[in-house]
Amino acid sequence: MTLNSSPQPETPSVPTPGPNNDSPDMNTANKSGVVPKLRPTDEQPPTTALGQFAKLFQNSRNEPGVPNPDQAPKIEAQDLCFFYGEKQALFNVTIKVPPRSVTAFIGPSGCGKSTFLRTLNRMNDIIEGTRLAGKALFDGQDIYAPNVDVVQLRKKVGMVFQKSTPFPKSIFDNVAYGPMIAGQRNRRVLGEIVETCLKRAALWNEVKDRLAESALALSGGQQQRLCIARSLATNPDVLLMDEPASALDPASTARIEDLIFELKQNYTIVIVTHNMQQAARVSDFTAFFFEGRLIEIGETQTLFTRPKEKKTEDYITGRFG
Amino acid sequence: MSVTPDSLTTSPASQSNSLVRRFSLTAFKEAIIKGLLFGCAFLSIFTTIAIIWVLLTNTLSFFEDVSLAEFLGDTRWTPQFEGEQKHFGIWPLITGTFLVAIIAASIGLPLGLLSAIYLSEYASPKMRNIAKPILEILAGIPTVVFGYFALVFVTPFVLRPILQTMLGFEVGIYNALSAGIVVGIMIVPTVCSLSEDALRVVPNGLREAAYALGSTKLDVSVRVVVPAALSGIIASFLLAFSRAVGETMAVTIAAGQQPVLNINPLQSVETMTAFIVNISLGDTPAGSIEYKSLYAVAFTLFALTLTMNIISQWVMRRYREEYQ
Repeated sequence: MTLNSSPQPETPSVPTPGPNNDSPDMNTANKSGVVPKLRPTDEQPPTTALGQFAKLFQNSRNEPGVPNPDQAPKIEAQDLCFFYGEKQALFNVTIKVPPRSVTAFIGPSGCGKSTFLRTLNRMNDIIEGTRLAGKALFDGQDIYAPNVDVVQLRKKVGMVFQKSTPFPKSIFDNVAYGPMIAGQRNRRVLGEIVETCLKRAALWNEVKDRLAESALALSGGQQQRLCIARSLATNPDVLLMDEPASALDPASTARIEDLIFELKQNYTIVIVTHNMQQAARVSDFTAFFFEGRLIEIGETQTLFTRPKEKKTEDYITGRFG
Repeated sequence: MSVTPDSLTTSPASQSNSLVRRFSLTAFKEAIIKGLLFGCAFLSIFTTIAIIWVLLTNTLSFFEDVSLAEFLGDTRWTPQFEGEQKHFGIWPLITGTFLVAIIAASIGLPLGLLSAIYLSEYASPKMRNIAKPILEILAGIPTVVFGYFALVFVTPFVLRPILQTMLGFEVGIYNALSAGIVVGIMIVPTVCSLSEDALRVVPNGLREAAYALGSTKLDVSVRVVVPAALSGIIASFLLAFSRAVGETMAVTIAAGQQPVLNINPLQSVETMTAFIVNISLGDTPAGSIEYKSLYAVAFTLFALTLTMNIISQWVMRRYREEYQ
């Protein structure tokens, strides 16, 4: 990725979305020809390249109860810039994430979406030579303030990684890890936490008879759900997910997506994904990153069907990235 | 097979489409190189087999004169005495050896593991680049130097002032404790280097996952990274322990030559290696029973260290966690 200072990098000129007949997945007849950008609520079937997403929203389950974007944000970034040594990876990102919602970060590889995600629980602190400017707020508190306890922050802002990372311990000890390092020694309490979290992560029924077995014996999809259960055990408010399903097969991916939808009731979820269908399926809000900048953020349905920025549209219609 | 001038060159013009293999200079060179490499590999295998052969034949000849029952049943080891006073019970040498090795292990293993955790998890790359070579210098110090260090420094200036003058225990000038301490220091680089390798290959994702759950650096190191590297750490322990058992010069100098069945670390003991040195140096006539006893002891030592090495290999294979 080249991080030049030009805010509007050149992109190949493309015809504006308009007359377009190559929508092979649209089974409804569409011979009418000229149709401007469609709103998904219209009766007519969508015909633009964006139409594929509009179709997704026809049976959208996240339509009801879209969180109110005006309520106090759970997470907020103000003019956040981030540097790996001399190289600037994020440019003045300003964003608000409302509570109990799913926000998806999309964008091409190297656009800074993962880097930004990792600034939200200070995971980048571990990498040497990184620097941050601007502000990141959790419940209104600056998480980079000198008096912030990073350990407490990370308990409140959990994270699930692309590659499942079960510890080489039993399933029980994996989930109980967070409470145990926090000082919980009571086996009965730990047992309750483990059961609750495994149930929430939709893994309990598969593992309840073998909690003492090694977590490494689980399948990839199960390991990832175990990692989600493990994150839930520290009782976080926010779950950051860095491409949680990109290494999984479609069935496991579907389970993770169902899970995200369930977890939204209790947690604020931020998910980085390469898969735009996934972003459209699971998220309430979508943010599009490009070359270290936040190009556009909006309600997922709006962003995918009526993007304001040309670049967003080019990306989600697959013209680059 | 005929050698034609064509087949000895590799010019494109001489290449025919025939796939039949013919004699060529390249193939001949390949065969010679292969033979040389095989010879080098075989030489070390041959040496090992020869050593085992010599040990085994002489040990068997020793057991023609001394019964296995006496070797394993008697508690006195006095091969250099005369007539009725000669006893060939191996136990004083085994207890002496393990006394020193256990003292060494209880010092060297924790020290080595803690240094490995420091180097792998805590030290900055700059610090690691300074500290690791220094630790490796420790591995390069001749063991005889460690032996004299124990004899002329550890015993008179550390053990005697503390244990004898202050606490009233009698400390022999030759004692197992001083030998154990220096052998412990000696095995630190082995433990540290191998354990650090095991800790470093633990995937970073595991550390990040642990940090993301609100771990402190200590939690990450002790509860996640060390358990994940456990097989490598245990293997390094076993290897270091077998090195302590096989250590020769330092214990010969510092622990003395008193083959008595004794577990008091403040008194002199004789290890198996020290006995071998003793017989090799002295004017024991070749072919005598004392001379042959050297082989029986050497074979016992060989069997013990080999067993430990095999166990460490097995532990490594059995408990290795596979990470992509």
